[in-house]
Amino acid sequence: MHTTFHTQSDNARFSCSPLEKFTTRLLYLFLSVIMSLSLPGGPAAHSKMAVGAPSASALQRTRRPMVTGSSVLGIKYAGGVMLASDTLCSYGSMAKFKDARRITAIGGRESFDATSGAPLPPSHPTLLGGGGEYSDYQAIVDMLRSDATAEYCADDGHFQSPEETWSYLRAVMYQRRNKMNPLWNDLIVAGCDPTTKVPFLGSVDKIGTAYTDDVMATGFGSYIAVPIMRERFRADMEEGEARALLEDCMRVLFYRDCRALNRIVIAKATADGGCLVSEPYELETSWDAKSFVSDKAGLGTDGGW
Amino acid sequence: MFRNQYDTDVTVWSPEGRLLQVEYAMESVKQGSAVVGLRSSTHVVIGALKRSVNELSSHQKKLMAIDDHVAIGIAGLTADARSIAKWMRNECLNHRYVYGGPLPAGRLVRDLADRHQRTTQTYVRRPYGVGLLVAACDGKGPALYQTCPSGNVHEFFAAAIGARSQGGKTYLEKHFEGLEGESEDALVMHALRALGACVSGDQELTEDNGSIAVVGPDGTKILEGKELRSFLDRLEAEGGGGGEEREAGPEGGGDGVEAMEM
Repeated sequence: MHTTFHTQSDNARFSCSPLEKFTTRLLYLFLSVIMSLSLPGGPAAHSKMAVGAPSASALQRTRRPMVTGSSVLGIKYAGGVMLASDTLCSYGSMAKFKDARRITAIGGRESFDATSGAPLPPSHPTLLGGGGEYSDYQAIVDMLRSDATAEYCADDGHFQSPEETWSYLRAVMYQRRNKMNPLWNDLIVAGCDPTTKVPFLGSVDKIGTAYTDDVMATGFGSYIAVPIMRERFRADMEEGEARALLEDCMRVLFYRDCRALNRIVIAKATADGGCLVSEPYELETSWDAKSFVSDKAGLGTDGGW
Repeated sequence: MFRNQYDTDVTVWSPEGRLLQVEYAMESVKQGSAVVGLRSSTHVVIGALKRSVNELSSHQKKLMAIDDHVAIGIAGLTADARSIAKWMRNECLNHRYVYGGPLPAGRLVRDLADRHQRTTQTYVRRPYGVGLLVAACDGKGPALYQTCPSGNVHEFFAAAIGARSQGGKTYLEKHFEGLEGESEDALVMHALRALGACVSGDQELTEDNGSIAVVGPDGTKILEGKELRSFLDRLEAEGGGGGEEREAGPEGGGDGVEAMEM
């Protein structure tokens, strides 16, 4: 039994740094003034709006996320790359959807069994993990899936590598940001290159910042999990080690992030082209740590961390 | 017999089931000067014979680099070719910006073929009057494609288009089976010999009218002018390159004289 503190403001779940929050809000204020003076509405609104329609009803762009996922973690190990996330989507501070899958395998080389003709799992797919607005994540998965289908139909032996998918998402997210109508996600793109077999791990955020590294985390994980992962990361980590590290980080996130859950999914993509997204399972947690129970300054559990 | 009645519009079929305007456009390709192309398992080389309008003018460029992994050689209406090259460069650049890597050549060429076809099925347009040899080296290895105004695109081991290209085709038909393992330099020599078989009677292949493009895993390069000197010297030493000698390389062959007449 534990107590969760619901003292966080709205903006905390956007997981911005204080400076970023300030400048983002300032930018929004500035731009909303500018936009109210010019013909309002993004591209979607133009098609629905006739000339002379009132400006107040026409603005249709993402201002705040509604159903949000929290952190996604990623790490490279010897022979592949591994992602972890919990299965929670929060509706504000309500833990509403507890079986939301926030890591998906998309694309890859399709092939079929020689005798039965049954489809085989695609090789060298891209793993996409997403935090932030869940509907935007689902829209991105749909978009990438339809691209993968178009590639299959092209039937020329080429299919998008994970790095190309990451670059494509960077272009999409940045373009949406420039239209002031972002897809409100922090994405992690992972997989092994089909030609070079080298593991790839990259992230794209809602303003189009693209970054690659050996360890990666979005949301709260970038504050809490990344220091742990950086300390324990080695390039020659075994799969079991990598998984244990990710589980430890997810456990710490459950202790410290108010929008996290201890029910997690682990996904891996290996250099030989294989890919696995696990079924959800629960992490063992212990709330006996002294700092959780101890009485601080006589105020009980209200006394501090 | 029916040619003159059914050839005014590209959207009109002849009774024999031919689009005469498209066929006339393909004639335009045969008017352009020769372009040859060939590939090994690692590189693709295209060579072109540049024409000059008169002694005072420069020689018309026929080879264009499209991207680090694609180059084209043109035969026919140069202005049409430049428009196509501009589109191809744009496609390649956009792909690099969005996906961070080279556009697979097969897709570029497929879309190019679609663009050609659209011009043959619209009342207000005309077919492109140019044929291209597209040399590319992407993730799947080297490839050589030939396009024509009809919109048909085929992949070739070796190809030759343009005026007097039959001599080049004959040379390539004799040698294409041995090209697989050839070095970059050897490929260039083959291209120059094939080009030498395409020059007209009193012309010869020089550093002014010859040009070579090489596309390989480390990029595209175009050799013109002085850069061709060493290759042309070797060609001369073999006795090829135009003028009186019509030998197609050290192995020889009596086809050169007949090729000249076509």
